[in-house]
Amino acid sequence: MYSEKVMDHFMNPRNVGEIKDADGIGEVGNARCGDIMKVYIKVENDIITDVKFKTFGCGAAIATSSISTELIKGKSIDEALKITNKSVAEALDGLPPVKMHCSMLAEDCIKAAIEDYRKKHLKTEVNTSAKESVE
Amino acid sequence: MDRIIYLDHAATTYTKPEVLKEMLPYFTEIYGNPSSVHSYGRETRKALDLARERTAKALNADPAEIIFTSGGTEADNLAIIGTATANKKKGNHIITSSIEHPAALHSCQYLEKNGFQVTYLPVDEYGLIDPQDVKEAIKENTILISIMTANNEIGTIQPVREIGAIAKEKGVLFHTDAVQAVGSIPNDVRDMNIDLLTLSAHKSHGPKGVGALYARKGVRLNHISHGGAQERNRRAGTENLPAIVGLGKAIELATQDIEARNEKLRALRDRLISGILSSVEYTRLNGHPTKRLAGNSNFSFEFIEGEALLLSLDMKGIAASSGSACTSGTLDPSHVLLAIGLPHEIAHGSLRLTLGDENTEEEIDYVLEVLPQIVQRLREMSPLFNQDKGGKIYV
Repeated sequence: MYSEKVMDHFMNPRNVGEIKDADGIGEVGNARCGDIMKVYIKVENDIITDVKFKTFGCGAAIATSSISTELIKGKSIDEALKITNKSVAEALDGLPPVKMHCSMLAEDCIKAAIEDYRKKHLKTEVNTSAKESVE
Repeated sequence: MDRIIYLDHAATTYTKPEVLKEMLPYFTEIYGNPSSVHSYGRETRKALDLARERTAKALNADPAEIIFTSGGTEADNLAIIGTATANKKKGNHIITSSIEHPAALHSCQYLEKNGFQVTYLPVDEYGLIDPQDVKEAIKENTILISIMTANNEIGTIQPVREIGAIAKEKGVLFHTDAVQAVGSIPNDVRDMNIDLLTLSAHKSHGPKGVGALYARKGVRLNHISHGGAQERNRRAGTENLPAIVGLGKAIELATQDIEARNEKLRALRDRLISGILSSVEYTRLNGHPTKRLAGNSNFSFEFIEGEALLLSLDMKGIAASSGSACTSGTLDPSHVLLAIGLPHEIAHGSLRLTLGDENTEEEIDYVLEVLPQIVQRLREMSPLFNQDKGGKIYV
């Protein structure tokens, strides 16, 4: 029922792990529904230089997590934000219809991590400019 | 291992060669309609009668009390809906349990939508029904008790004899879904006061698509499908003769030497259970430690999800099943695991390994070798694992 690419990303997931000093962290899903994805991103000059994930979920949830990290690594924030559940599923050569919600999980989680980064980053920027103006 | 280890016998089994051999002539050579008067019909009628006798004998029933159906699901529907509608004048209350097979549960829910009342009895942490609860649930308008003999997911064996005695004392019909139990534990319908019993061929090395309902003489039963007068006017439609012949042979074989087979199965099962519980932490056995089917084991592995586990096992040549939502096609994990009190997240991480005659010690040892590595790999990917490491295991 799964494509070869899904099985490859499930058996050999890319970018599994955590980033201790991540610039942004996203977490979506809940254990009750059977899937949770957590993404860590590292951003330099608006480019996602590193990304890691951890996922509790079915084969499709793990595969979509893995491919979505590949899709955004090395991309600018704006490019990464263009990720959709459709593009995730397409990159895996398709998903069974009942598993399409797993690709939503990946899209939502990437976007949550970027939002987290922007919030923190914006705060730092505001703080820095406030400091500068005092100086 | 260069072959696939099949540990999903509760889902289905292969058809034994001796069963198939008996079936084959009824496709091509002996193809008459058992309802026909001519010699072709008489010959298939004989085969139909033999299958009925074999099935009745396995249950200590009378051949006239056996109704062949398209499987366990139809037999459950016929038993529950057929008796409820036929006994509507006596009352409209049915007692069942919260861990029945969907064939029974959904039949009850269908009746609820059509004016019947249904009590869904709870089970304890092992999946056992308390006969006292059954007794207390009986009301003046109760017409049917439907409690499965053994559970298909966790293998727990219910106190059927006690429930049968209560039903008899109170004058309420008692149906039991014995699809998983036939061939694994003795089912004597007279001795156990069972009025209706569901069985299926393919769980016991017979063909798929055929089952039977035992309905004690005198039990009022309405048609659920309409048409011909087959099966003593209780199940319309030309009999699936090759399959029925296969059912008769399979049930005959399955109910011989039960104890010898169980002894072997239990030893393998217990090797598997103790091996898994001692080598994988944060794991629990679901179902009763001893009151369970000889071939059934069911585990929950914390922090991981069942379908991921099944895919990983499949890659290693092991065929198993799970009660996770992802394998049931719904958003909720198994209703059985929720009913024994497991939180959703633990129920999602369940694994059912059901053994059969052909499994060997070597195969079990192979499972014990690869399963801990698979669980570990998935846990290392799980965001729940580190958070809860050192935390209390749910028991």
